[in-house]
Amino acid sequence: MRARDLLVPRPEGLFCPPGGFFIDPVRPVDRALITHGHSDHARSGHAHVLATRQTLDIMALRYGEAFAGATQAAALGEVLTVNGVGVSFHPAGHVLGSAQIAVEHGGLRIVASGDYKRRPDPTCAAFEVVPCDVFITEATFGLPVFRHPDATEETGRLLKSAAQFPERAHLVGAYALGKAQRVMRLLRDAGYDRPIYIHGALQKLSAYYQSQGVELGRLESATVEGGSKGAFAGAIVVGPPSAFADRWARRFPDPVSAFASGWMRIRQRARQRGVELPLIISDHSDWDELTATIRDTGASEVWVTHGREEALVRWCELAGIAARPLHLVGYEDEGD
Amino acid sequence: MNRFAELLDRLVLTPSRNGKLKLLTDHFATVEDPDRGLALAAITGDLDIAAVKPAMLRALVMERMDPILFGYSYDYVGDLAETVSLVWPDADIRPNREPTLAEVVERLQAASRSDGPKVLARLLDTSGISARFAIIKLVTGGLRIGVSARLAKQALADLGSVDVAEIEELWHGLSSPYADLFAWLEKRGPKPETRAKALFRPVMLSHPVEAGDLEKLDPADYSAEWKWDGIRVQAVSEGGVRRLYSRTGDDISGAFPDLVEAMNFDAALDGELLVGQPVDATGTCSDLQQRLNRKSVSAKMQAKYPAFVRCYDLLQHDGDDLRALPFLDRRVRLETFVATLNPARFDLSPIAAFSDWQEIDRMRKNPPHPVIEGVMLKRRDSPYAAGRPKGPWFKWKRDPYTVDAVLMYAQRGHGKRSSFYSDYTFGVWTGDEASPELVPVGKAYFGFTDEELRQLDKYIRDNTIERFGPVRSVRADAKNGLVLEVAFEGLNRSTRHRSGVAMRFPRISRLRWDKPPAEADRLETLQAMLK
Repeated sequence: MRARDLLVPRPEGLFCPPGGFFIDPVRPVDRALITHGHSDHARSGHAHVLATRQTLDIMALRYGEAFAGATQAAALGEVLTVNGVGVSFHPAGHVLGSAQIAVEHGGLRIVASGDYKRRPDPTCAAFEVVPCDVFITEATFGLPVFRHPDATEETGRLLKSAAQFPERAHLVGAYALGKAQRVMRLLRDAGYDRPIYIHGALQKLSAYYQSQGVELGRLESATVEGGSKGAFAGAIVVGPPSAFADRWARRFPDPVSAFASGWMRIRQRARQRGVELPLIISDHSDWDELTATIRDTGASEVWVTHGREEALVRWCELAGIAARPLHLVGYEDEGD
Repeated sequence: MNRFAELLDRLVLTPSRNGKLKLLTDHFATVEDPDRGLALAAITGDLDIAAVKPAMLRALVMERMDPILFGYSYDYVGDLAETVSLVWPDADIRPNREPTLAEVVERLQAASRSDGPKVLARLLDTSGISARFAIIKLVTGGLRIGVSARLAKQALADLGSVDVAEIEELWHGLSSPYADLFAWLEKRGPKPETRAKALFRPVMLSHPVEAGDLEKLDPADYSAEWKWDGIRVQAVSEGGVRRLYSRTGDDISGAFPDLVEAMNFDAALDGELLVGQPVDATGTCSDLQQRLNRKSVSAKMQAKYPAFVRCYDLLQHDGDDLRALPFLDRRVRLETFVATLNPARFDLSPIAAFSDWQEIDRMRKNPPHPVIEGVMLKRRDSPYAAGRPKGPWFKWKRDPYTVDAVLMYAQRGHGKRSSFYSDYTFGVWTGDEASPELVPVGKAYFGFTDEELRQLDKYIRDNTIERFGPVRSVRADAKNGLVLEVAFEGLNRSTRHRSGVAMRFPRISRLRWDKPPAEADRLETLQAMLK
């Protein structure tokens, strides 16, 4: 069997004809395998969903219990058979519950990475290299300019700024699933023990992380009824980036706007968004992680999807590895 | 190096002045000598490093990576220094610590022209990404971090709880890396002695006259002079050292050798730099423009646009510091002194006699020369005090010029305005009366209220015809479009703009929602003002 017949890009998403399933479909389908809970990968309305327990829980939190007709939890490492096609889930290190999906049929193994990173992250299981023939890699940060620093340096700068400007509130924009909890955990690991104030959009997911054993310390609602602006002087407030452009942010005293994202590597991006304190913290692989992972998998062929495909394809060409862009549509970068 | 790099990154993204001051003060307080002093010199533009051209930098990186991948990277980032700092390959063996700013500066300064690129490459090899960016900024010149030398001096003043005027007065006698200055600010050492000659004296500035200001004051206590629209300068000559300073203390002697040559005296003069022949043939602003922002100036230029100083005040003469004397006493000395100077290079700013506020109000509205932008009112008993004390000196400008122009393009703003289209390019009509077209004549980003900004933002979003990145082109023809009343201080001839004119200090004075665009002004109206 040729790899191109085992997984095929379709408008709905990546399709496996012999298995009759899609991976991370962007439209409702009969059978969906889901890598992780970010909304561009995990949509509601599929008839059957196979994903890790944590991804299923996260989908239920976001879409309600009835987000799919039927669900099945995949244990990490366990090989399941779907219409004769072998399927297994392996940690991707992206967010809680995230997994790569290995598809095996007729002696051929393809690994769809979903989104992944190689950096240490205490809020989710670490990425595991799965040797394969074809590796489907994400390319969100697929340009040589994206080289993420150590995340602890970044939270170090946040804490330094909070000490430097004790009369101001520090508003940290971070996506609600994954990044927000990682930032909180990084702050705790750096010894920050004051309450962290969170936007309402983060509440359920943060509580879920804590229920899964990810210690986040004392979290308090960033909503004060009748409270004065002074109440947030010196506070660190975490919320979805969109909230900080909103009227919601006006309750804080002379806020320092921070944004935790791999995009903050590029100064102009920070400038355009009016970010005063960019924190380069990413849940996606940077250029060095992407290229190292391609080598680690030993894949003889690489398919590149969502992101900056052309540079990674060019790198593969120089490295003598066959590569092509997949041109899947519908994936944004919610996770970063 | 990393602390310096981090400081640069934070300064460039911190919009508020107080925020920048805090960052600078903390840096100076926590970083040791000589790194902090070198950072200070880099920010004030006093660090002397041989420049590396962008083409050289590009060549260095091309030797190290695939040109196609570099091309993708540069296209995405858009800034060469930043791209190179990010894509530069890490050396296989990195030293266990990054170089300090002092080590970087030392190696760059020691490099000859021919081995400069090699030295730079080795430094980049041994540094991390942020440090690489800072190093590249140092060698390509121009940090562009939105911090003036003046702001850096204010941060030093904050650090040592001294008046910024003290720092400014010392400044030109100091040199990088300023160890003696920091020692004094930290109360570990004496105030650095001003052994250097011809130092800058902090300039006295004035407040604009606002409603009600003059009612409480007696006109008899004030003396008036014309406010000339040249460059406020301080001409200091002492013990054979001659310096011409801008009002912020920058040494601009190099651009005005003709004037410096005539400074054969021992004094510190405050005045306005103008071009032309004193007293009666003062050149226009456009003439003056020819002499500005030049590092060197040709003999032809000096002959065509000779520079002179119209003297306002005398701060020092033959070793005597006169600043504590009342204005009138200084004025008497000034008059006697200027009479001894080369009349082609120095003349006296005349006193404009008036008897009451109404009379001086009429005078400031109808100045006798186009290079006068209003009047100055100085208390007769005022000492020469550094900074901008309120009360002793006022400036009262003539009313601005206005023109009705049509909004053509809008650009998104920054900081608090980052979600708003807040920078406006406007044009006036030109060409055939039957089928006129708009030609841009200027750009303005203030003068409106927050509410007007919201209305403008909505108007622009509703009437966009094209977008180019952060810029929108707005519908503007005879029937559809928004007329802006634009106020400005004057016009210069310009060869860089298609309209041939450049406005000085343009701002939006009124939104003319009521006025049909066809009735906006024509370019001829502006051109007539140039004569």
